[in-house]
Amino acid sequence: MIDPAFLTDTIGQLLGGLPLTLSLSAISILAGGVLALALALLRRSSGIGSLFVRAYVFVFRGSPLLVQIFLIYYGLSQFPALRHSVLWPFLRQPYWCAVLALALNTAAYASEIIRGGLIAVPSGMIEAGRALGLSPFRLFRLIVLPLAVRQALPAYGNEIVIMVKSTALASIITLMEITGIAHQIIGDTFRSFEVFLCAGAIYLALNSLIARGVWLIERRLSPIV
Amino acid sequence: MNAKFACSLALALLLGVSAQAKDWPKIKIATEGAFPPYNMQNADGKLAGFEIDLAADLCKRMKAECEVVAQDWDGILPGLNAGKYDAIMAALSITPKRMEVIAFSVPYVSSPTVLATTKGGGMENLPGTGTRINLDDDAAARAAIEPLRAKLKGKAIGVQVSTIQADFMNSYFKGVADVRVYKTAEEFNLDLEAGRIDAILAAAANVKAAMDTPQGKDIVFTGPAFGGGPIGIGSGVGLRKSDPELKGMFDTAIKAATADGTLARLSNQWFKLDLTPPS
Repeated sequence: MIDPAFLTDTIGQLLGGLPLTLSLSAISILAGGVLALALALLRRSSGIGSLFVRAYVFVFRGSPLLVQIFLIYYGLSQFPALRHSVLWPFLRQPYWCAVLALALNTAAYASEIIRGGLIAVPSGMIEAGRALGLSPFRLFRLIVLPLAVRQALPAYGNEIVIMVKSTALASIITLMEITGIAHQIIGDTFRSFEVFLCAGAIYLALNSLIARGVWLIERRLSPIV
Repeated sequence: MNAKFACSLALALLLGVSAQAKDWPKIKIATEGAFPPYNMQNADGKLAGFEIDLAADLCKRMKAECEVVAQDWDGILPGLNAGKYDAIMAALSITPKRMEVIAFSVPYVSSPTVLATTKGGGMENLPGTGTRINLDDDAAARAAIEPLRAKLKGKAIGVQVSTIQADFMNSYFKGVADVRVYKTAEEFNLDLEAGRIDAILAAAANVKAAMDTPQGKDIVFTGPAFGGGPIGIGSGVGLRKSDPELKGMFDTAIKAATADGTLARLSNQWFKLDLTPPS
Protein backbone atom coordinates (compact mmCIF):
# COMPACT_ATOMS: atom_id res chain seq x y z
CA MET A 1 0.00 0.00 0.00
CA ILE A 2 2.88 2.38 0.77
CA ASP A 3 4.27 3.61 -2.51
CA PRO A 4 7.65 5.36 -2.07
CA ALA A 5 7.47 7.19 -5.42
CA PHE A 6 4.07 8.64 -4.50
CA LEU A 7 5.33 9.68 -1.05
CA THR A 8 8.37 11.49 -2.50
CA ASP A 9 6.21 13.23 -5.07
CA THR A 10 3.67 14.23 -2.40
CA ILE A 11 6.33 15.60 -0.04
CA GLY A 12 7.73 17.62 -2.95
CA GLN A 13 4.32 19.11 -3.76
CA LEU A 14 3.54 19.80 -0.10
CA LEU A 15 6.87 21.59 0.41
CA GLY A 16 5.59 24.09 -2.18
CA GLY A 17 3.26 25.30 0.57
CA LEU A 18 6.05 25.64 3.15
CA PRO A 19 6.95 29.29 2.35
CA LEU A 20 3.31 30.32 2.90
CA THR A 21 3.08 28.33 6.15
CA LEU A 22 6.31 29.93 7.37
CA SER A 23 5.33 33.46 6.41
CA LEU A 24 1.86 33.13 7.98
CA SER A 25 3.45 31.79 11.18
CA ALA A 26 6.30 34.31 11.34
CA ILE A 27 4.25 37.45 10.70
CA SER A 28 1.37 36.48 12.96
CA ILE A 29 3.67 35.36 15.80
CA LEU A 30 5.70 38.59 15.60
CA ALA A 31 2.69 40.90 15.37
CA GLY A 32 0.84 38.86 17.98
CA GLY A 33 3.87 38.92 20.29
CA VAL A 34 4.16 42.71 20.20
CA LEU A 35 0.42 43.04 20.79
CA ALA A 36 0.65 40.49 23.62
CA LEU A 37 3.34 42.50 25.43
CA ALA A 38 1.22 45.64 25.19
CA LEU A 39 -1.84 43.73 26.42
CA ALA A 40 0.10 42.18 29.32
CA LEU A 41 1.31 45.60 30.49
CA LEU A 42 -2.16 47.09 30.11
CA ARG A 43 -3.57 44.19 32.09
CA ARG A 44 -1.32 45.15 35.04
CA SER A 45 -2.59 48.71 35.01
CA SER A 46 -5.65 49.52 37.04
CA GLY A 47 -9.04 50.54 35.74
CA ILE A 48 -10.51 50.47 32.27
CA GLY A 49 -7.36 49.18 30.48
CA SER A 50 -7.19 46.05 32.58
CA LEU A 51 -10.90 45.47 32.06
CA PHE A 52 -10.50 45.77 28.28
CA VAL A 53 -7.68 43.22 28.22
CA ARG A 54 -9.69 40.79 30.32
CA ALA A 55 -12.60 41.07 27.90
CA TYR A 56 -10.25 40.65 24.91
CA VAL A 57 -8.64 37.52 26.34
CA PHE A 58 -12.06 36.16 27.30
CA VAL A 59 -13.35 36.50 23.73
CA PHE A 60 -10.28 35.35 21.77
CA ARG A 61 -9.30 32.54 24.11
CA GLY A 62 -12.87 31.36 24.56
CA SER A 63 -13.93 31.00 20.93
CA PRO A 64 -12.48 28.61 18.31
CA LEU A 65 -9.83 30.03 15.97
CA LEU A 66 -11.76 28.51 13.07
CA VAL A 67 -14.78 30.65 13.97
CA GLN A 68 -12.58 33.75 14.30
CA ILE A 69 -11.12 33.17 10.83
CA PHE A 70 -14.60 32.73 9.35
CA LEU A 71 -15.87 35.86 11.10
CA ILE A 72 -12.98 37.99 9.91
CA TYR A 73 -12.95 36.63 6.36
CA TYR A 74 -16.61 35.95 5.46
CA GLY A 75 -18.25 37.96 8.25
CA LEU A 76 -16.65 41.36 7.82
CA SER A 77 -17.03 41.31 4.03
CA GLN A 78 -20.83 41.23 4.49
CA PHE A 79 -20.83 44.91 5.49
CA PRO A 80 -20.89 47.20 2.43
CA ALA A 81 -19.52 50.04 4.60
CA LEU A 82 -16.39 48.02 5.26
CA ARG A 83 -16.04 47.07 1.60
CA HIS A 84 -15.90 50.77 0.75
CA SER A 85 -13.51 51.68 3.59
CA VAL A 86 -9.74 52.11 3.49
CA LEU A 87 -9.38 48.72 5.20
CA TRP A 88 -10.82 46.82 2.23
CA PRO A 89 -7.65 46.52 0.09
CA PHE A 90 -6.16 44.78 3.14
CA LEU A 91 -9.17 42.70 4.21
CA ARG A 92 -9.97 41.76 0.60
CA GLN A 93 -6.98 39.46 0.58
CA PRO A 94 -7.29 36.09 2.26
CA TYR A 95 -3.64 36.29 3.33
CA TRP A 96 -4.08 39.37 5.51
CA CYS A 97 -7.35 38.08 6.95
CA ALA A 98 -5.55 34.92 8.05
CA VAL A 99 -2.63 36.90 9.53
CA LEU A 100 -5.05 39.17 11.38
CA ALA A 101 -7.04 36.28 12.86
CA LEU A 102 -3.90 34.33 13.85
CA ALA A 103 -2.22 37.40 15.37
CA LEU A 104 -5.28 38.46 17.38
CA ASN A 105 -5.69 34.91 18.61
CA THR A 106 -2.10 34.32 19.65
CA ALA A 107 -1.98 37.77 21.32
CA ALA A 108 -4.70 36.64 23.74
CA TYR A 109 -2.82 33.50 24.81
CA ALA A 110 0.62 35.10 24.76
CA SER A 111 -0.51 38.08 26.87
CA GLU A 112 -1.43 35.66 29.64
CA ILE A 113 1.92 33.86 29.27
CA ILE A 114 3.82 37.16 29.49
CA ARG A 115 1.68 38.26 32.43
CA GLY A 116 2.70 35.05 34.20
CA GLY A 117 6.34 35.86 33.48
CA LEU A 118 5.97 39.39 34.84
CA ILE A 119 4.32 38.15 38.04
CA ALA A 120 7.15 35.67 38.55
CA VAL A 121 9.82 38.41 38.73
CA PRO A 122 10.90 38.40 42.42
CA SER A 123 9.97 41.63 44.19
CA GLY A 124 13.42 41.69 45.78
CA MET A 125 14.97 42.24 42.33
CA ILE A 126 12.66 45.16 41.65
CA GLU A 127 13.42 46.70 45.05
CA ALA A 128 17.14 46.28 44.37
CA GLY A 129 16.72 48.12 41.07
CA ARG A 130 14.83 50.92 42.78
CA ALA A 131 17.55 51.15 45.44
CA LEU A 132 20.08 51.67 42.62
CA GLY A 133 18.01 54.67 41.51
CA LEU A 134 16.92 53.22 38.12
CA SER A 135 14.11 55.05 36.35
CA PRO A 136 10.89 52.99 35.93
CA PHE A 137 11.66 52.50 32.22
CA ARG A 138 15.26 51.35 32.81
CA LEU A 139 14.08 49.16 35.67
CA PHE A 140 11.63 47.48 33.29
CA ARG A 141 14.09 47.13 30.43
CA LEU A 142 17.10 45.97 32.43
CA ILE A 143 15.53 43.84 35.16
CA VAL A 144 11.84 43.05 34.81
CA LEU A 145 11.62 42.24 31.09
CA PRO A 146 14.68 39.92 30.82
CA LEU A 147 13.58 37.96 33.88
CA ALA A 148 9.97 37.81 32.69
CA VAL A 149 11.03 36.61 29.24
CA ARG A 150 13.16 33.87 30.74
CA GLN A 151 10.28 32.75 32.95
CA ALA A 152 7.75 32.85 30.11
CA LEU A 153 9.91 31.20 27.45
CA PRO A 154 8.96 27.53 27.95
CA ALA A 155 5.24 28.33 27.81
CA TYR A 156 5.78 30.74 24.93
CA GLY A 157 7.65 28.05 22.99
CA ASN A 158 4.49 25.95 23.29
CA GLU A 159 2.44 28.81 21.90
CA ILE A 160 4.77 29.20 18.89
CA VAL A 161 4.41 25.50 18.05
CA ILE A 162 0.63 25.72 18.40
CA MET A 163 0.57 28.72 16.07
CA VAL A 164 2.55 26.91 13.36
CA LYS A 165 -0.02 24.12 13.50
CA SER A 166 -2.89 26.64 13.52
CA THR A 167 -1.82 28.01 10.13
CA ALA A 168 -3.36 24.81 8.73
CA LEU A 169 -6.74 26.50 9.25
CA ALA A 170 -5.82 29.14 6.67
CA SER A 171 -6.60 26.55 4.00
CA ILE A 172 -10.31 27.10 4.61
CA ILE A 173 -10.04 30.64 3.25
CA THR A 174 -8.43 29.53 -0.02
CA LEU A 175 -4.78 29.83 1.07
CA MET A 176 -2.73 27.01 -0.39
CA GLU A 177 -0.35 26.33 2.46
CA ILE A 178 0.74 22.78 3.36
CA THR A 179 -2.71 21.57 4.47
CA GLY A 180 -4.46 23.31 1.56
CA ILE A 181 -2.20 21.54 -0.91
CA ALA A 182 -2.76 18.26 0.96
CA HIS A 183 -6.53 18.63 0.49
CA GLN A 184 -5.99 19.31 -3.19
CA ILE A 185 -3.79 16.23 -3.70
CA ILE A 186 -6.36 14.09 -1.86
CA GLY A 187 -9.06 15.49 -4.12
CA ASP A 188 -7.04 14.35 -7.12
CA THR A 189 -5.84 10.98 -5.84
CA PHE A 190 -8.23 10.04 -2.99
CA ARG A 191 -5.19 8.78 -1.01
CA SER A 192 -5.91 10.61 2.23
CA PHE A 193 -3.78 8.37 4.46
CA GLU A 194 -0.46 8.83 2.66
CA VAL A 195 -0.99 12.53 1.95
CA PHE A 196 -1.91 13.47 5.52
CA LEU A 197 0.97 11.30 6.74
CA CYS A 198 3.38 13.39 4.64
CA ALA A 199 1.78 16.67 5.75
CA GLY A 200 2.01 15.56 9.38
CA ALA A 201 5.69 14.66 8.94
CA ILE A 202 6.47 18.13 7.56
CA TYR A 203 4.76 19.87 10.51
CA LEU A 204 6.55 17.52 12.90
CA ALA A 205 9.96 18.30 11.39
CA LEU A 206 9.25 22.03 11.41
CA ASN A 207 8.08 22.04 15.01
CA SER A 208 10.97 19.92 16.25
CA LEU A 209 13.32 22.56 14.80
CA ILE A 210 11.36 25.30 16.57
CA ALA A 211 11.34 23.39 19.87
CA ARG A 212 15.11 22.91 19.55
CA GLY A 213 15.58 26.63 18.84
CA VAL A 214 13.51 27.65 21.87
CA TRP A 215 15.50 25.21 24.03
CA LEU A 216 18.81 26.75 22.86
CA ILE A 217 17.59 30.26 23.69
CA GLU A 218 16.39 29.03 27.08
CA ARG A 219 19.82 27.58 27.79
CA ARG A 220 21.53 30.80 26.78
CA LEU A 221 19.30 32.84 29.06
CA SER A 222 19.93 30.60 32.08
CA PRO A 223 23.07 31.90 33.81
CA ILE A 224 23.74 28.75 35.82
CA VAL A 225 22.66 25.30 34.81
CA MET B 1 -35.24 -12.47 -14.20
CA ASN B 2 -34.67 -16.21 -13.77
CA ALA B 3 -31.99 -16.24 -16.42
CA LYS B 4 -30.28 -13.30 -14.75
CA PHE B 5 -30.35 -15.07 -11.40
CA ALA B 6 -28.97 -18.27 -12.93
CA CYS B 7 -26.25 -16.23 -14.58
CA SER B 8 -25.14 -14.55 -11.38
CA LEU B 9 -25.32 -17.87 -9.55
CA ALA B 10 -23.08 -19.44 -12.18
CA LEU B 11 -20.71 -16.50 -11.88
CA ALA B 12 -20.67 -16.81 -8.10
CA LEU B 13 -19.88 -20.51 -8.35
CA LEU B 14 -17.23 -19.83 -10.96
CA LEU B 15 -15.51 -17.32 -8.69
CA GLY B 16 -15.86 -19.65 -5.73
CA VAL B 17 -17.93 -17.12 -3.85
CA SER B 18 -20.23 -18.86 -1.44
CA ALA B 19 -22.56 -15.92 -0.70
CA GLN B 20 -25.47 -15.18 -3.02
CA ALA B 21 -25.98 -11.73 -4.56
CA LYS B 22 -26.34 -9.27 -1.70
CA ASP B 23 -29.80 -7.99 -0.89
CA TRP B 24 -30.24 -4.26 -0.27
CA PRO B 25 -33.31 -3.69 1.92
CA LYS B 26 -31.57 -0.66 3.43
CA ILE B 27 -29.32 1.82 1.64
CA LYS B 28 -27.37 4.62 3.29
CA ILE B 29 -26.79 7.53 0.91
CA ALA B 30 -24.33 10.39 1.56
CA THR B 31 -24.83 13.90 0.26
CA GLU B 32 -22.96 17.14 0.91
CA GLY B 33 -25.85 19.30 2.09
CA ALA B 34 -24.19 22.54 0.94
CA PHE B 35 -24.60 22.54 -2.84
CA PRO B 36 -28.00 24.01 -3.69
CA PRO B 37 -30.17 23.16 -5.47
CA TYR B 38 -28.71 19.63 -5.71
CA ASN B 39 -28.54 19.22 -1.95
CA MET B 40 -28.73 21.65 0.94
CA GLN B 41 -29.90 22.06 4.47
CA ASN B 42 -33.20 23.80 5.23
CA ALA B 43 -33.51 26.54 7.82
CA ASP B 44 -34.52 23.81 10.28
CA GLY B 45 -31.42 21.74 9.46
CA LYS B 46 -33.18 19.08 7.36
CA LEU B 47 -31.63 17.93 4.07
CA ALA B 48 -33.49 19.03 0.96
CA GLY B 49 -32.90 19.48 -2.75
CA PHE B 50 -33.05 17.78 -6.13
CA GLU B 51 -30.97 14.80 -5.03
CA ILE B 52 -32.92 14.29 -1.82
CA ASP B 53 -36.20 14.13 -3.78
CA LEU B 54 -34.62 11.96 -6.45
CA ALA B 55 -33.19 9.59 -3.83
CA ALA B 56 -36.67 9.17 -2.35
CA ASP B 57 -38.10 8.39 -5.80
CA LEU B 58 -35.30 5.95 -6.72
CA CYS B 59 -35.54 4.16 -3.38
CA LYS B 60 -39.27 3.67 -3.88
CA ARG B 61 -38.50 2.11 -7.27
CA MET B 62 -35.77 -0.09 -5.75
CA LYS B 63 -38.10 -1.06 -2.87
CA ALA B 64 -35.39 -0.11 -0.41
CA GLU B 65 -35.46 1.87 2.78
CA CYS B 66 -33.05 4.78 2.42
CA GLU B 67 -31.32 7.03 4.87
CA VAL B 68 -29.70 10.19 3.49
CA VAL B 69 -26.85 11.60 5.57
CA ALA B 70 -24.75 14.77 5.23
CA GLN B 71 -21.00 14.32 4.73
CA ASP B 72 -18.25 16.90 4.13
CA TRP B 73 -17.23 17.08 0.49
CA ASP B 74 -13.54 16.54 1.30
CA GLY B 75 -14.08 13.10 2.77
CA ILE B 76 -17.03 11.99 0.68
CA LEU B 77 -15.15 9.52 -1.59
CA PRO B 78 -12.87 7.99 1.07
CA GLY B 79 -15.95 7.51 3.29
CA LEU B 80 -17.66 5.41 0.61
CA ASN B 81 -14.78 2.98 0.29
CA ALA B 82 -14.42 2.93 4.07
CA GLY B 83 -18.01 1.64 4.25
CA LYS B 84 -19.51 4.57 6.16
CA TYR B 85 -22.36 4.61 3.60
CA ASP B 86 -23.30 2.71 0.44
CA ALA B 87 -23.91 5.41 -2.15
CA ILE B 88 -23.13 9.05 -2.88
CA MET B 89 -25.62 11.46 -4.44
CA ALA B 90 -23.80 14.77 -4.24
CA ALA B 91 -23.58 16.23 -7.73
CA LEU B 92 -20.69 13.82 -8.22
CA SER B 93 -19.49 14.19 -11.81
CA ILE B 94 -18.53 11.00 -13.61
CA THR B 95 -14.83 11.24 -14.55
CA PRO B 96 -12.28 8.63 -15.66
CA LYS B 97 -10.09 9.49 -12.66
CA ARG B 98 -12.90 8.87 -10.19
CA MET B 99 -13.87 5.68 -12.02
CA GLU B 100 -10.48 4.23 -11.06
CA VAL B 101 -11.56 4.42 -7.42
CA ILE B 102 -15.34 4.02 -7.38
CA ALA B 103 -18.16 2.84 -9.64
CA PHE B 104 -20.92 5.07 -11.02
CA SER B 105 -24.53 4.54 -11.97
CA VAL B 106 -25.73 5.97 -15.29
CA PRO B 107 -25.89 9.80 -15.07
CA TYR B 108 -29.05 11.38 -13.65
CA VAL B 109 -28.16 15.02 -14.29
CA SER B 110 -25.92 16.82 -16.77
CA SER B 111 -25.11 20.48 -16.34
CA PRO B 112 -22.59 22.43 -18.44
CA THR B 113 -19.76 24.37 -16.73
CA VAL B 114 -19.93 28.15 -16.97
CA LEU B 115 -18.18 31.30 -15.81
CA ALA B 116 -20.19 33.86 -13.86
CA THR B 117 -19.37 37.35 -12.64
CA THR B 118 -21.15 40.35 -11.14
CA LYS B 119 -22.78 43.22 -13.05
CA GLY B 120 -20.48 46.18 -13.35
CA GLY B 121 -17.40 44.18 -12.38
CA GLY B 122 -15.83 44.62 -15.81
CA MET B 123 -15.93 40.92 -16.64
CA GLU B 124 -19.29 40.83 -18.42
CA ASN B 125 -19.53 39.67 -22.04
CA LEU B 126 -16.22 37.84 -22.12
CA PRO B 127 -15.24 36.40 -25.54
CA GLY B 128 -17.52 33.55 -26.49
CA THR B 129 -20.52 34.56 -24.37
CA GLY B 130 -23.53 32.52 -25.50
CA THR B 131 -21.48 29.85 -27.29
CA ARG B 132 -20.69 26.31 -26.17
CA ILE B 133 -17.23 24.74 -26.32
CA ASN B 134 -16.94 20.96 -26.48
CA LEU B 135 -13.79 19.78 -24.72
CA ASP B 136 -13.78 16.30 -26.31
CA ASP B 137 -11.47 17.71 -28.99
CA ASP B 138 -8.71 19.18 -26.83
CA ALA B 139 -6.80 21.02 -29.60
CA ALA B 140 -9.90 22.72 -31.02
CA ALA B 141 -11.06 23.61 -27.51
CA ARG B 142 -7.71 25.20 -26.64
CA ALA B 143 -7.86 27.30 -29.80
CA ALA B 144 -11.40 28.42 -28.97
CA ILE B 145 -10.39 29.29 -25.39
CA GLU B 146 -7.34 31.35 -26.42
CA PRO B 147 -9.13 34.78 -26.54
CA LEU B 148 -10.63 34.01 -23.12
CA ARG B 149 -7.22 33.27 -21.63
CA ALA B 150 -6.05 36.78 -22.50
CA LYS B 151 -9.06 38.28 -20.71
CA LEU B 152 -8.63 36.17 -17.58
CA LYS B 153 -4.97 37.08 -17.11
CA GLY B 154 -4.35 37.91 -13.45
CA LYS B 155 -8.05 37.70 -12.57
CA ALA B 156 -9.09 35.91 -9.39
CA ILE B 157 -11.38 32.99 -10.30
CA GLY B 158 -13.10 30.92 -7.61
CA VAL B 159 -13.62 27.15 -7.92
CA GLN B 160 -14.57 24.44 -5.45
CA VAL B 161 -11.87 22.04 -4.27
CA SER B 162 -11.74 18.56 -5.88
CA THR B 163 -14.29 19.37 -8.57
CA ILE B 164 -14.06 18.90 -12.33
CA GLN B 165 -14.16 22.70 -12.55
CA ALA B 166 -10.98 22.91 -10.45
CA ASP B 167 -9.32 20.35 -12.77
CA PHE B 168 -10.51 22.26 -15.83
CA MET B 169 -9.18 25.54 -14.43
CA ASN B 170 -5.79 23.97 -13.74
CA SER B 171 -5.46 22.35 -17.14
CA TYR B 172 -6.59 25.33 -19.25
CA PHE B 173 -5.79 28.44 -17.18
CA LYS B 174 -2.88 27.49 -14.91
CA GLY B 175 -0.39 30.34 -14.62
CA VAL B 176 -2.85 32.74 -16.29
CA ALA B 177 -5.66 33.26 -13.80
CA ASP B 178 -5.28 33.49 -10.02
CA VAL B 179 -7.23 30.32 -9.13
CA ARG B 180 -8.76 30.43 -5.63
CA VAL B 181 -9.91 27.12 -4.24
CA TYR B 182 -12.92 27.09 -1.89
CA LYS B 183 -14.37 24.32 0.22
CA THR B 184 -17.99 25.05 -0.70
CA ALA B 185 -19.96 26.84 -3.41
CA GLU B 186 -21.59 29.06 -0.77
CA GLU B 187 -18.18 30.45 0.08
CA PHE B 188 -17.18 31.48 -3.42
CA ASN B 189 -20.62 32.98 -3.99
CA LEU B 190 -20.07 35.13 -0.88
CA ASP B 191 -16.65 36.21 -2.12
CA LEU B 192 -17.94 36.95 -5.62
CA GLU B 193 -20.65 39.18 -4.14
CA ALA B 194 -18.12 40.82 -1.82
CA GLY B 195 -15.85 41.57 -4.79
CA ARG B 196 -12.90 39.51 -3.55
CA ILE B 197 -12.86 37.46 -6.74
CA ASP B 198 -13.63 38.51 -10.32
CA ALA B 199 -15.52 35.44 -11.44
CA ILE B 200 -16.46 31.88 -10.49
CA LEU B 201 -16.33 28.73 -12.58
CA ALA B 202 -19.11 26.30 -11.69
CA ALA B 203 -21.88 24.11 -13.05
CA ALA B 204 -24.69 26.15 -14.66
CA ALA B 205 -27.30 24.72 -12.30
CA ASN B 206 -25.46 25.98 -9.21
CA VAL B 207 -24.88 29.42 -10.66
CA LYS B 208 -28.57 29.64 -11.56
CA ALA B 209 -29.44 28.76 -7.96
CA ALA B 210 -27.13 31.50 -6.65
CA MET B 211 -28.67 34.02 -9.06
CA ASP B 212 -32.12 33.29 -7.70
CA THR B 213 -31.18 34.31 -4.15
CA PRO B 214 -31.62 37.96 -3.07
CA GLN B 215 -27.86 38.41 -2.55
CA GLY B 216 -27.09 36.90 -5.96
CA LYS B 217 -29.24 39.25 -8.04
CA ASP B 218 -26.16 40.89 -9.58
CA ILE B 219 -24.57 37.62 -10.74
CA VAL B 220 -24.55 37.09 -14.52
CA PHE B 221 -23.26 34.36 -16.86
CA THR B 222 -20.25 35.37 -18.94
CA GLY B 223 -18.08 33.67 -21.56
CA PRO B 224 -18.79 30.31 -23.20
CA ALA B 225 -20.32 27.21 -21.64
CA PHE B 226 -18.08 24.13 -21.46
CA GLY B 227 -19.04 20.46 -21.78
CA GLY B 228 -17.49 17.07 -22.60
CA GLY B 229 -13.83 16.14 -22.06
CA PRO B 230 -12.71 16.59 -18.46
CA ILE B 231 -16.10 18.16 -17.63
CA GLY B 232 -17.61 14.73 -18.23
CA ILE B 233 -20.99 13.35 -19.16
CA GLY B 234 -22.86 14.35 -16.03
CA SER B 235 -23.35 13.28 -12.43
CA GLY B 236 -24.27 9.80 -11.29
CA VAL B 237 -24.64 7.87 -8.07
CA GLY B 238 -21.19 7.02 -6.66
CA LEU B 239 -20.91 3.39 -5.56
CA ARG B 240 -18.29 0.91 -4.38
CA LYS B 241 -16.85 -1.24 -7.15
CA SER B 242 -17.58 -4.27 -4.97
CA ASP B 243 -21.36 -3.71 -5.10
CA PRO B 244 -22.36 -4.41 -8.73
CA GLU B 245 -25.90 -5.47 -7.66
CA LEU B 246 -26.49 -2.03 -6.15
CA LYS B 247 -25.24 -0.37 -9.34
CA GLY B 248 -27.68 -2.50 -11.32
CA MET B 249 -30.54 -1.42 -9.04
CA PHE B 250 -29.70 2.28 -9.35
CA ASP B 251 -29.23 2.03 -13.14
CA THR B 252 -32.63 0.42 -13.60
CA ALA B 253 -34.34 2.92 -11.31
CA ILE B 254 -32.70 5.97 -12.99
CA LYS B 255 -33.62 4.70 -16.46
CA ALA B 256 -37.22 4.23 -15.32
CA ALA B 257 -37.30 7.72 -13.80
CA THR B 258 -35.93 9.16 -17.05
CA ALA B 259 -38.47 7.26 -19.16
CA ASP B 260 -41.57 8.31 -17.21
CA GLY B 261 -40.51 11.97 -16.99
CA THR B 262 -39.90 12.03 -13.23
CA LEU B 263 -36.31 13.16 -13.75
CA ALA B 264 -37.33 16.05 -16.03
CA ARG B 265 -40.07 17.10 -13.57
CA LEU B 266 -37.70 17.15 -10.58
CA SER B 267 -35.04 18.93 -12.63
CA ASN B 268 -37.46 21.66 -13.69
CA GLN B 269 -38.72 21.96 -10.13
CA TRP B 270 -35.27 22.45 -8.60
CA PHE B 271 -33.11 23.93 -11.39
CA LYS B 272 -35.74 25.79 -13.46
CA LEU B 273 -33.92 23.99 -16.30
CA ASP B 274 -34.27 20.47 -17.73
CA LEU B 275 -30.88 18.89 -17.07
CA THR B 276 -31.89 15.32 -17.93
CA PRO B 277 -28.77 13.71 -19.46
CA PRO B 278 -29.01 12.92 -23.17
CA SER B 279 -29.47 9.14 -23.42
